Amino acid sequence: MSGCSKLVDIGRRQFLRRGTMAAAGLATATVMPTEQAEAAPANAQIDYPSNRLANVADVKVNEPMDIEYPDADSPGALIKLGQAVEGGVGPDGDIVAFSTLCPHKGWGLTYSSKDRAYNCPGHFSRFDVEAGGQQVWGHATQNLPQFTLRVDEKGDIYAEGASDLIFGRPSNVL
Amino acid sequence: MAYKRQIDRLPIPPKNAKVHNVTCHYCIVGCGYKAYTWARNAQGTAKDNAFGVDLGKQQAADGTWMAPSMYNVVKQDGKDVHLAVVPDQKCVVNSGLGSIRGARMAENRPSKVTGTQQQRLSDPLVWRNGVMQPTSWNDALDLVAQVTARVVSEGSEDDLVVSMFDHGGSAGGYENTWGTGKLYFESMKIKNCRIHNRPAYNSEVHSTRDMGIGELNYQYKDYELTDTIMIVGANPLETQTNLFLNHMVPGMRNGAKVIVVEPRRTVTINAAEEVAGKENVLHLQINTGTDMALFNAILTEIVDKGWVDKDFIAKSTFQSGIAQPEDAAHPAALGSLEEALKACRVSLDEAAGICGVAPTDITKAAAWIAEPIDGARRKCVTAYEKGIIWGNDNYRTIGALVNIGLATGNIGREGGGVCRLGGHQEGYYRPSDAHVGRPAAYVDRLLISGRGKVHHIWACDHYKTTLNAAKFKQAHKRRSDMVKTAMDNAAGGTREELIDAIVGAVNAGGLFVVDVDIIRSQIGENAHVILAACEASEMNLTSMNGERRLRLSEKYMDPFGNSKPDCLIAAGIAQSMERALRDLGKGAYADQFKGYDWKTEEDAFMDGYNKGNPAVTYERLRSMGNNGVLEPVVGFENGKLVGTERLYSNGEFGTGDKKARFCVAGWRGWQAAGKEAEQKKFKFWINNGRANIFWQNQFLDQDNDFVQDRFPFPFIEMNPDDMTEMGASAGDLVELYNDNGATQAMAYPTPTARRGETLMVFGSPAGSQGNIINPGVNELVLPDYKHTWANIRKVADAPESAKAISFKSKEYLSS
Repeated sequence: MSGCSKLVDIGRRQFLRRGTMAAAGLATATVMPTEQAEAAPANAQIDYPSNRLANVADVKVNEPMDIEYPDADSPGALIKLGQAVEGGVGPDGDIVAFSTLCPHKGWGLTYSSKDRAYNCPGHFSRFDVEAGGQQVWGHATQNLPQFTLRVDEKGDIYAEGASDLIFGRPSNVL
Repeated sequence: MAYKRQIDRLPIPPKNAKVHNVTCHYCIVGCGYKAYTWARNAQGTAKDNAFGVDLGKQQAADGTWMAPSMYNVVKQDGKDVHLAVVPDQKCVVNSGLGSIRGARMAENRPSKVTGTQQQRLSDPLVWRNGVMQPTSWNDALDLVAQVTARVVSEGSEDDLVVSMFDHGGSAGGYENTWGTGKLYFESMKIKNCRIHNRPAYNSEVHSTRDMGIGELNYQYKDYELTDTIMIVGANPLETQTNLFLNHMVPGMRNGAKVIVVEPRRTVTINAAEEVAGKENVLHLQINTGTDMALFNAILTEIVDKGWVDKDFIAKSTFQSGIAQPEDAAHPAALGSLEEALKACRVSLDEAAGICGVAPTDITKAAAWIAEPIDGARRKCVTAYEKGIIWGNDNYRTIGALVNIGLATGNIGREGGGVCRLGGHQEGYYRPSDAHVGRPAAYVDRLLISGRGKVHHIWACDHYKTTLNAAKFKQAHKRRSDMVKTAMDNAAGGTREELIDAIVGAVNAGGLFVVDVDIIRSQIGENAHVILAACEASEMNLTSMNGERRLRLSEKYMDPFGNSKPDCLIAAGIAQSMERALRDLGKGAYADQFKGYDWKTEEDAFMDGYNKGNPAVTYERLRSMGNNGVLEPVVGFENGKLVGTERLYSNGEFGTGDKKARFCVAGWRGWQAAGKEAEQKKFKFWINNGRANIFWQNQFLDQDNDFVQDRFPFPFIEMNPDDMTEMGASAGDLVELYNDNGATQAMAYPTPTARRGETLMVFGSPAGSQGNIINPGVNELVLPDYKHTWANIRKVADAPESAKAISFKSKEYLSS
């Protein structure tokens, strides 16, 4: 038994270490007296909606398309870069999508087509969409949340997840 | 591919979470944060939580949000608890803004649960059997004390060399500077000591103090009330971020014009142009090191145009001749405006020839600073920092700048002030340092030349943050290795035999090194004893920010392992010294080490700061919250501490006769030895500077994935044509070399950099810019870090980690 418990503990620690810190629900999932209400099970991972954003034929190089994901209160952009990047989808492997709320203080970012970066008019931070949304310079403590994309056989682009927490919410899916 | 946190949900702090006041312990600005802690098995809900907002809805811009970097699981009273450290909307310093440094305070706490900052020291270590071995506090302190006591009593206190921080925040603050100050300046009179960032125990701003003007004389609100903001040798958007965003930007929106004296274009200049409009921003892009000539030309123009404040000068400044002649302790004479002008007066053309700024821009600057508006005084606030503090001819250059503020009556008045911006917060409270002397000992040179036998180091890493660092490292390592060898040879013997072996080695030219730090630093690799310290958040700590705002930053978690506050470590050394000296039969000397019966950091605060400032207690500071009180505290009324908005508002200054002095700041070209020849010999000017993403020498950030992903190597900003000429592309590794040594950096193409002018990030663990800085200092041993010339060659193509990062311009683009 002690060996078992230890394994559980190690598992929990590995789970918490650096990765997805979805702590909610874990602590209650232990042995319960029968009279008490059953603990509500919660999945460790968020279920993201699969939302169709556009068709690959709709997106033009260096012309971001406004999107909303995972819901209408979370603005983002779908961008075709013209050259393949890691995480890019579509026939050319060059389509990416990001949240466009600055992860510093939530200001709406503006796109500079000149050097393909998002800029924050609030506090001057900037993010490079050609480098996975890396903050080039600024005050945010994370890079720009990047949406996970999938393209189906018809060329429709779906968003189905996010790499980082979106500004202004404790959970990406509210 | 940029670093992805892969975090899409965070625990919610419950309404009953404990809340502590936190002052960000990184930069001088000292933003207010709230630390929320709550039990591991508790959580709030979207509707019912500690923030008091509906988290089920998308928060608007500037709303309360806990970023993943603001969260961790830490130990509090021995239990694992959730932690959130979130910017305080009600703090007047930052109004809810977080910086890229402070907003990572939570994730930069040590946590065995989440694995963050496992580099932190948990226990004392001693050199034993060829490695650093963990040991008890008693064992470590006894070894430190026995060796130190033998050396200072057989020789003198001059054989003990001390490097000690003098700052607030981090592991500094009034508690800790008092602990070390009492040990080295009261129980002993150590004169071979130096400060964390420079090779001597001296002020970075001697001249302004000698002129009667403390360097932090305004309040941040003055930026919002002024007509002109003058920034010299500083890049506040990068390094005093929320001072710029929360005070300077509102000032510009209120109509303030901006003058920036700076040899390179910075993000500060770019942002100022965005806010104020290009027509209201004047970038005086001087030739490096020529600030004084520019300031003297501006002063001359202001005097000749009759824009001086005659009443102020008559009432508040020294009137007749020279008050303080130039001598070994004063690199310039001080006196009346008339006397100063005899040396400072310079024609526009001559100044333009020296500093490279067009005469019309000099006259424009003078007008923006001093031309009356509708017959009334024009308000101008002046801010300066390392560009001139660590620049050419520190004493006279700062003096020449302060002259302008004095001549225009812009000190001690609303919308005025001539202030340094600062690096760390301040938190200095120590017994007198008069015995150190002026000029103070050049400690690095002393150590390199083989003097000193014991070296106590308090949270300083000279490997990364000193000049002539290549030579320093070689000497320090060679000398400390002698002691390691002696200790290895004494392995298995008695404690007496070990002490004898160490003392024998230091008498033969070795150096016994004691390093007090929160992590294993680079200089700490030479240590024989490492004492594990804790820092802000793991102890209560008082500091003041760049407008003298004093706060108590509260302890909200346990120190890591058995680490302790520096003040209590100092007390432990003192108590061990007392025992060791008594054992040596030095009873009277031992008695000097009494008075350290402190159980907590508050005891150290009461023993030091409170004795000089009886109105100030932890309880009262706690009730003043994150807005604290502006020092000096002048009373306690109606349950509140009463502070001081601005210094010198009564027109009386900090000199014997209360009259401020002007600095007789005659221009004399390159002041520090070797600079002129180096400039002629090598192709590139290697300026150095800070990046907002790194705190100080990256001591915690070197273990922060987000930070290291952005800059895996220290960057050097270079003109792209210079890079092409040497066959270097973005991310390639280049070597910088001159007669002082060599260092390595990653090339960052920067079109705004002038040809032949570069900027390397300072204090990096992966490439010390200090390796190539020559040993030249001013008369008072202030280093001129900013002036280094070297050649550059490519040594390697961009490593994989560098290929993945962005090399785009750091400047905000509005379209």
